[in-house]
Amino acid sequence: MASHYEAPIRKPLVTGDKGYHDVTVDIAAPVEGRADKQWWIVFSIALAAFLWGVGCIIYTISTGIGTWGLNKTVNWAWDITNFVWWVGIGHAGTLISAVLLLFRQKWRMAINRSAEAMTIFSVIQAGLFPIIHMGRPWLAYWVLPIPNQFGSLWVNFNSPLLWDVFAISTYLSVSLVFWWTGLLPDFAMIRDRAVLPFQKKIYSLLSFGWSGRAKDWQRFEEVSLVLAGLATPLVLSVHTIVSFDFATSVIPGWHTTIFPPYFVAGAIFSGFAMVNTLLIIMRKVCHLEDYITVQHIELMNIVIMITGSIVGCAYITELFMAWYSGVEYEQYAFLNRATGPYWWAYWAMMTCNVFSPQFMWFKKLRTSIMFSFFISIVVNIGMWFERFVIIVTSLHRDYLPSSWTMFSPTYVDIGIFIGTIGFFFVLFLLYARTFPVIAQAEVKSILKSSGERYKKLRDAGQPLYQIDKSNKPAVKEAVVETAEEAEAPKEEVKKDASELLASIGTFDASKDTADDLKLVKGIGPKMEETLNQIGIFTFAQVSKMTGKEYDMLDALTGAFPGRAQRDDWAGQAQKLNNK
Amino acid sequence: MYTVSNRLKIGAIILMVVGALGIVSGFLSAPSTVAEAKEMVASHGDGHGDGHGETVVDEGHGSYTEEGGHAMTEAEHDEHVFHQLQNKPWAALYVGAFFFFMIALGALAFYAIQRAAQAGWSPLLFRVMEGITSYIVPGGIIVFVILVLSVMHMNHLFVWMDADVVAHDALLQGKAGYLNPTFFLIRAAIFLAGWIGYREYSRKLSLAQDDSNDDSNFKMNFRISAAFLVFYLISESIMSWDWIMSVDPHWFSTLFGWYVFASMFVSGITVIAMVTIYLKSKGHLEQVNDSHIHDLAKFMFGISIFWTYLWFSQFMLIWYANIPEEVTYYVTRIEDYNLPFFAMVAMNFLFPVLLLMNSDYKRINWFVIMAGIVILAGHYMDIFNMIMPSTVGKQWHIGIPEIGAVLFFAGLFVFWIFRALASAPLQPTRNPFIEESKHFHY
Repeated sequence: MASHYEAPIRKPLVTGDKGYHDVTVDIAAPVEGRADKQWWIVFSIALAAFLWGVGCIIYTISTGIGTWGLNKTVNWAWDITNFVWWVGIGHAGTLISAVLLLFRQKWRMAINRSAEAMTIFSVIQAGLFPIIHMGRPWLAYWVLPIPNQFGSLWVNFNSPLLWDVFAISTYLSVSLVFWWTGLLPDFAMIRDRAVLPFQKKIYSLLSFGWSGRAKDWQRFEEVSLVLAGLATPLVLSVHTIVSFDFATSVIPGWHTTIFPPYFVAGAIFSGFAMVNTLLIIMRKVCHLEDYITVQHIELMNIVIMITGSIVGCAYITELFMAWYSGVEYEQYAFLNRATGPYWWAYWAMMTCNVFSPQFMWFKKLRTSIMFSFFISIVVNIGMWFERFVIIVTSLHRDYLPSSWTMFSPTYVDIGIFIGTIGFFFVLFLLYARTFPVIAQAEVKSILKSSGERYKKLRDAGQPLYQIDKSNKPAVKEAVVETAEEAEAPKEEVKKDASELLASIGTFDASKDTADDLKLVKGIGPKMEETLNQIGIFTFAQVSKMTGKEYDMLDALTGAFPGRAQRDDWAGQAQKLNNK
Repeated sequence: MYTVSNRLKIGAIILMVVGALGIVSGFLSAPSTVAEAKEMVASHGDGHGDGHGETVVDEGHGSYTEEGGHAMTEAEHDEHVFHQLQNKPWAALYVGAFFFFMIALGALAFYAIQRAAQAGWSPLLFRVMEGITSYIVPGGIIVFVILVLSVMHMNHLFVWMDADVVAHDALLQGKAGYLNPTFFLIRAAIFLAGWIGYREYSRKLSLAQDDSNDDSNFKMNFRISAAFLVFYLISESIMSWDWIMSVDPHWFSTLFGWYVFASMFVSGITVIAMVTIYLKSKGHLEQVNDSHIHDLAKFMFGISIFWTYLWFSQFMLIWYANIPEEVTYYVTRIEDYNLPFFAMVAMNFLFPVLLLMNSDYKRINWFVIMAGIVILAGHYMDIFNMIMPSTVGKQWHIGIPEIGAVLFFAGLFVFWIFRALASAPLQPTRNPFIEESKHFHY
């Protein structure tokens, strides 16, 4: 990475008074805590949608593709639309992890993990469609160039559909490797914090024996750069080849040379919209507002605005060239798109993809979280329509007017689509509870240069790190935590505790039940023990703490000056108590 | 403050004089009658392989042959060759003029992106970029003058400007609402005004920022750069259709605008790197270190691949679909321009990839210069391949008029940009990111 110096006018990328240990605690919290009711509700909905989709897939395979709304003229519709839509969504993950790494964009650190997870999960959805469409998915391996032990089979290397097989499987593999490489130090962090042996075992398997030695880090950085170099052409190649599925044909509306870069831009556009949708919810639910800040959302909105404008430029180029070419069929294809029976789909696409991102020119709008969320949904819808428009409107009126027709999806078409959305969210929700959702090791690498705490210290002309001399000869925060908690002077506790308890209320073992104070972020098993010794057992007690009580507590424990206040124990306890 | 050395000044002037002589001799040696043209082709021998003397059947190449759609008689063929030979010095001039203008325009796009993206590494290079973009004024005016002369029928670069041709061509009649001389010049004027306007205003703000005591100039520059990029996105595409694609008015490709953009972008970045290295070698730009050169070289490498990606996308889709009205473009080039066409791909793709792949080589200054020369020559050939087949057909040749035009515009370019570089301190002082740029190391 480049030097730690950063121009003062740059906004912090980690807000709040976050030190290194806070990052660890905050990012481990969703993994170490328990799922709340909301999570279960959303998960159940997603699972139900997924199961419905599975049902529709089974029905399709057992009955035949005739269960879909396809007909002789429109012989490709929702299946390929959904396929392209999902592949496109995946692109943002690779762009964020690879291209933004090469461009040294520090803001990628907070969002790359989830964006890459999104990539992998959406490529899985995309892959389903060609397989289902085969009719006999148990023969799916026929798409691979396997020598003819299996009969006289050989794939057609002239077909862009076969190139897709190679492109997308390469893409999935490289994305997976890239994602997992980044995860290693973070899994190791969770492993090292795990209390239960089972979790420790699992996370030590997942972290591939990461030891945190300098050699590990050196290899980690090297392999990240190599993978970024590999993944960058992949970002371009995958959607380029998807665009070839259409552009190599001679169908008016499909055959146009701008397709490759325009599909890539559109894919990044829709991918960023999906990242925004997911992360705006996640930052709230997982309390990650300090890491995925408004600044991050604003930057993603700018990417959406840029790629949306590029896509808009391509739409207009296509439209103009159709006229300019003088080819009647081209001209009709575009006239039919804009004014034919599918005009509503065309204008929905134009509105969602070209007009709506232009709102992001206004700073007020692009820094509004609600508005960003709204636009991200609009763009997701618009990009689905883009594929639908390209595919269906180019097919439904061919050269023979007697075979002109319309396409209407059956409930099976719809069911499978909804099912993939359900499957996607099932995977993403499981991920959000078991994986470190932010690349904490990478965030720590920019904390000194871009964290608000360190920026403030720098502005104030104070050293970024100070050894607290008033305490014992402590060296490191982490060491202090364990050492001090263990040695907390027990006699003194009794003496002053009564004063503290007077203001927050006492605990009566006969009437009240003790709460699990460890649920409060920042209270570990040791700290809970200390609090119990003082006489604090319930959330209600903790929630009554104010600045004065915090000071008293600090005096009593001596462990972590300012810690309770920084983590807002009282606020947290208040919430926990209300549950 | 940098001053242009006398050697550089004299060198540039010599280039211009020699180049001007070459251009003039090109015009003087162009045939003025059909008979002369015939003689020239005969004396030239059948240098390009196939016989020119026989009756030629319409091969579907070039713009003239397509319009009639009939077999040409010998007389028609001679007439055709005569026009091509008359076009030759004009086409050579136009390719040279456009190529150097395109470098400045590509550098302007790079500059605007650096500003809009608030890049931290590049502010030390802003003055270099501003120097290069200064050429947009004379370069743009020269291209515009050539276009005006075309409209005035001084040459036949743009066949659709010929009312006779349009009268016999239904396709061109269909396009006349767009491809007509008045609208064509209006568009060109608007685009040039927009590019020059942004360049001059941004430069003014950039200099004003150094003398002011707040960041208002910097912020304004950020805003207009973002707005400019939108204008650029649209105007660059349309410019490429107008100024290049319409020399072959029957042919069309939606990707063309972005493909030309990749060409000008990589040429612009290459020249930024070369000028930076030159100034450093003279002891200026002390704060610019090898990491900055490394980054520029990475861009040369990356955008060369991006160019190839677009070249391939356009080529592959047209080749694969094999639709007659599209594929004629590549048929002509592969048949009549085989060597320049494929050599250009090697120079723009293979060489940059192989030369600049290694990370250490991107930091060796002379090595970057060598790679840059190959890239620039390759992109000159790219423009050559875009213009020549439709204007001079098989009569192409890289001779005195072509080399003369390159030398003349190279001289003018060097003269102009170094004059601009000497007009202000080479290092911005109050750019809010200047410290980041000074500390930049990779």
